[in-house]
Parts: sequence; structure tokens; C-alpha cells
Amino acid sequence: MFRNITIGQYIPGDSVVHKLDPRIKIIITFIFIVAIFFINKLSGYIFAVLYLYLVIAISKTPFSYILKGLRPVIIILLLTVSLNMFFTPGGTVLYTLGPLKVTTSGLRLAVFMGLRLIFLIIGTSLLTLTTSPISLTDGIEHILKPFSRIGVPAHELAMMMTIALRFIPTLIEETEKIMKAQMARGADFESGNIVKRAKGLVPLLVPLFISAFRRADELAVAMESRCYRGGQNRTRMKQLKIQPRDYEALAVTLIMVLLIVWNRVWTW
Amino acid sequence: MPIKVENLSFVYNEGTPYATVALNNVTFEIQDEEFVGIIGHTGSGKSTLIQHLNGLLKPTSGKIYINGVDITDKKVSLKDIRKEVGLVFQYPEYQLFEETIFKDIAFGPTNLGLSEEEIEKRVYEAMDIVGISRELADKSPFEVSGGQKRRIAIAGILAMKPRILILDEPTAGLDPKGREEILNKIKEIHDKYKMITILVSHSMEDIARFADKIIVMNKGRIEIIGTPREVFREAEKLEKMGLGVPQITSLARELQKKGVTIPEDILTIEEAKEYIIRYLRGTKNV
Ligand SMILES: Nc1ncnc2c1ncn2[C@@H]1O[C@H](COP(=O)(O)OP(=O)(O)OP(=O)(O)O)[C@@H](O)[C@H]1O
Ligand SMILES: [Mg+2]
Repeated sequence: MFRNITIGQYIPGDSVVHKLDPRIKIIITFIFIVAIFFINKLSGYIFAVLYLYLVIAISKTPFSYILKGLRPVIIILLLTVSLNMFFTPGGTVLYTLGPLKVTTSGLRLAVFMGLRLIFLIIGTSLLTLTTSPISLTDGIEHILKPFSRIGVPAHELAMMMTIALRFIPTLIEETEKIMKAQMARGADFESGNIVKRAKGLVPLLVPLFISAFRRADELAVAMESRCYRGGQNRTRMKQLKIQPRDYEALAVTLIMVLLIVWNRVWTW
Repeated sequence: MPIKVENLSFVYNEGTPYATVALNNVTFEIQDEEFVGIIGHTGSGKSTLIQHLNGLLKPTSGKIYINGVDITDKKVSLKDIRKEVGLVFQYPEYQLFEETIFKDIAFGPTNLGLSEEEIEKRVYEAMDIVGISRELADKSPFEVSGGQKRRIAIAGILAMKPRILILDEPTAGLDPKGREEILNKIKEIHDKYKMITILVSHSMEDIARFADKIIVMNKGRIEIIGTPREVFREAEKLEKMGLGVPQITSLARELQKKGVTIPEDILTIEEAKEYIIRYLRGTKNV
């Protein structure tokens, strides 16, 4: 029941997209997001759709996974769209519903915000669907490294993320196990009002916290006994190296950006 | 409450790249009062199988009848099944959560909606059965030893008075003395209350001692099923699965190969002793 959370769920594969350098992939995702917000005409989204289609096709990501990534944010999406639709002043009034007015500019903004959010989520889920959490944090650490001079703890942040990511599946598994064990004792997690349900969570949360603390303790001991002392002078087994394919991917992305800029500036 | 499982198959994460076939067309029957051992390698599907017996997992296909009732039917109340089928998970001490041992054991009976007096009676009874002193009732379950925690967890299930008791590797991670104590308790409970008992284990030795019937699982299938003697007769097959037979059975087989008249399905040391003494006397007399 917890397994249908796609954001951060990696599908192993060996396509070019999977093999790209994680630093490049993160940068490309950033460029993509900025480009999405730069678009100001519906026709501009054609390029974004084409670009996403290309990435999905090359990486062979099942479309159902991308849709699953959208499901948890549907409420936010609806909220954003309706807020924009009802509370944007200006333009001609199309429809009145009590105190709420739908104006042309409101409708326009709502459509754009909706599309932007959808593209944003698809773009970022594609990043996490095609990049293993380990290489993702590796990439983030590298990107943050130049900032460590101004006090950003790049290595520590990356290590925290790695550990957190590493333990998400473990915690999910543990949650399921404890839930089942308590259900075998007649616990009911699914029915009753909010108060009853919240109370019903105690038999789940107490064991879960205890085991999380125990695991954290064990991990700290294991790391210390292998002489872990933070990022200083640490070398890596796998060095990241930019390959020709990384330049190619960047080039394709830049072409998309140029098309979008061209669309904004010269066409309507 | 006889159990009947028909063509049971189960796939984890069906329809995703992570799909795992955990059970493949499993069929078997368990009669009243039977003590059944389930053995198999890590990942062979033992835990998956037993979680079907109280409705925690729904079969991908196949049927499960308990006392003639098909529990895969949506109309069957899961609460009623869980009242009758007590399942003790692997490392059950990790599910303790209450402030006191008494309250933790009372969790199951309370969920059944029993009266205060009935709950109290059952909790103390269960503590007696597993050998936890009544004086500990108001102590925190987190302050006692690992072996005691496990007994408390088992008591938590026993207090629900199930008619079928299933235990998933109840001796995992205990020292030899703790193992012995828990196993003997389980046997005692079985003999006293005559409930169907299903014991999942990695150890042939443990299972051979108590079980009336052994189910050998391998890669999601039932490889061998039968009485311990029937099962141990297939020693080669067992060894191929990396399981082997109890040491004493193995010894008997070796002796037989050397020409000693001893059956190859010896289960206990006493049995072996008798045959060996008889053989030695026999050869001397000749
Ligand atoms: N929650 C789960 N999600 C996905 N796959 C699972 C899950 N639980 C078990 N599996 C897989 O199902 C198969 C059977 O697992 P199961 O836990 O039933 O084995 P087992 O015989 O109990 O093993 P062990 O002796 O280690 O307890 C294994 O391949 C396992 O990886
Ligand atoms: Mg198991």
C-alpha cells in the first residue's frame, strides 16, 4: 500500500538516459524546469512535450509509472488550478458562480500553472526514475562542492540524503511488517473516525520509532568502526567522468531551450 | 478446524518490474490436532504462505479453506479468521509497544472486544503458559531479556485463544537454551490444548522432533510433504535443496551403507541406539 509512491523510485535500465552522468542529468532537469516556466504560449509546450517524449522513449520508462508519479500531487494541482482560475483579476468575465468569477486571464493563468506543474513533476520523476539514488546523491554532492568554501556542508548533506534514501525502503518494509503483526492481533488501521484511527497508530508508531533508533545506532557504530570521519580527503571508488553522450544530451536540451526562446520571442 | 489450501499462488508487486513469484501452485491439507513443520531455504516462501492462512495476504490465485470456509471470499470477516488463527511473526518482540507487559498481552484480547475480567484471566493464563512470572505484569516489556520478550509476544497471541497457532521461526536469534525452552513450550501448548500448530523453521532437528507432518518448500513450491520418516527418506533431494536431514538420520544412512542393519528413516537418538546395540549384539553372537 505504500509501494505506489513513485517519486524517488528508481527503475533499473541500461538506456543512454540511465547512463548519463548524474551531474549532467541534474543540470538538464534544472534547465528543463526553467524552460517550462519561460514558455508563455500554448504552442511553446509542443517542444516540451516532444522533448519529454524523446526522453521517455529512449529510457523506455513505462508510461504508467509517470502517471503514478502524478497521482500524489493531484490535490495540489487542482488547488493551484482553481485558485488561479477564480482569483485572478482582469480580462473579461466568462462565468460567475456566486462571489467567484472566472475571467479570461484567470483561465489562461490556470491552464499555464496546471501545465507547468504537470511538466515539472514529470520532468523530476523522470530524473529519479532513471537515476539510482546513489548516483543521484553523488551528483548532488559534486554540484554542491564548489559551495563548500562558503560553508555548505556538501559531503554531509549528500551522506544524509544517501542514508535517508537507503532507509526509506527498509522503513516501508518494517511498517508493513509491524502493521501485519498488529493486524494479526486484531488491530484495525482502516475503520473508525479520526480520533480512533490516530489512537490506532500507536501500536504501529512505537515499534517503528524504537527500531528506527536502534538502526540509527547500529549504523553509527558500523560507520565509526570503519573509521568514517566525514568527507575530508575521502576518495571514491567510482569517479564521475563526462562522456561524449553527456555533451550530446546537453546539446539536445539546449536545442529545446532555443526553440522555446524562439517561440516566445518571434512567434505567437 | 482443518485447513485446506488449493492451488495457491502469490506474486508480490504484480504487474511491476519488481514482480516476484513467492508461491507457485501450492496445495496441501492439515487435519485437526496436527503439528506441522514447514521448512525451506531463505526466500522459499514460508512466511508468505503462512500469512495467507489468516488473511493478511490475498492469494493471486487459488483457494484457502479453514473449517470448510473459503477465507478468500470477500464476505468473510477477517476479524473472525484472525481470532481463530493466531500468527506469531518472526522476531515478534519488535511488535511490543505498550507500557506494561500486562497491557501488551491484553492488546489482542481487547481488540476482540472481551470483558475486563475475561481479558485479565486470559492474560494471566497466557503468562503462565509461556512461563512469564505474574510479578512481571507491571514491568515494561522493554526492560526484560530477549528471550522473555519473545515469550511475551507469543503470550500476546495465546491470550486470543486461537484454535490454530502458527509460529514463524520462533527460535531465530536465541541461544541454544532459549531455543530449547521455546520449542518445549510450544510442544507443551500443543499437547495440552490440541490446537493445530504450524512451526516454520530452518532447522530439521527442531522440526523432526515434534512434527506429525513436514512440508518442504523450495522456490515457492511444495517439494516434499509427508511424515518425518517419509520426508527423510528423500535425503538426496533434501541435500540438493541445501537442507539435509537430522544428524542422527544421516548417521543411520551412513551405517546402513556400511552394512549395519538399521532403517534409514531413524529420527531420534534413542531409536538409533536401540538398533545399533541390537546390531552389535547380533554380530558378536555370530
Ligand atoms: N513484502 C515483500 N515484497 C516483495 N517481495 C517479497 C516480500 N516479502 C517476500 N518477498 C519475496 O518473496 C519470496 C518469498 O519470501 P518469504 O519471506 O516468504 O520467504 P521465507 O521462506 O519466509 O524466507 P526466510 O527463511 O528468509 O524467512 C522471496 O523471494 C522474497 O524476496
Ligand atoms: Mg520468513
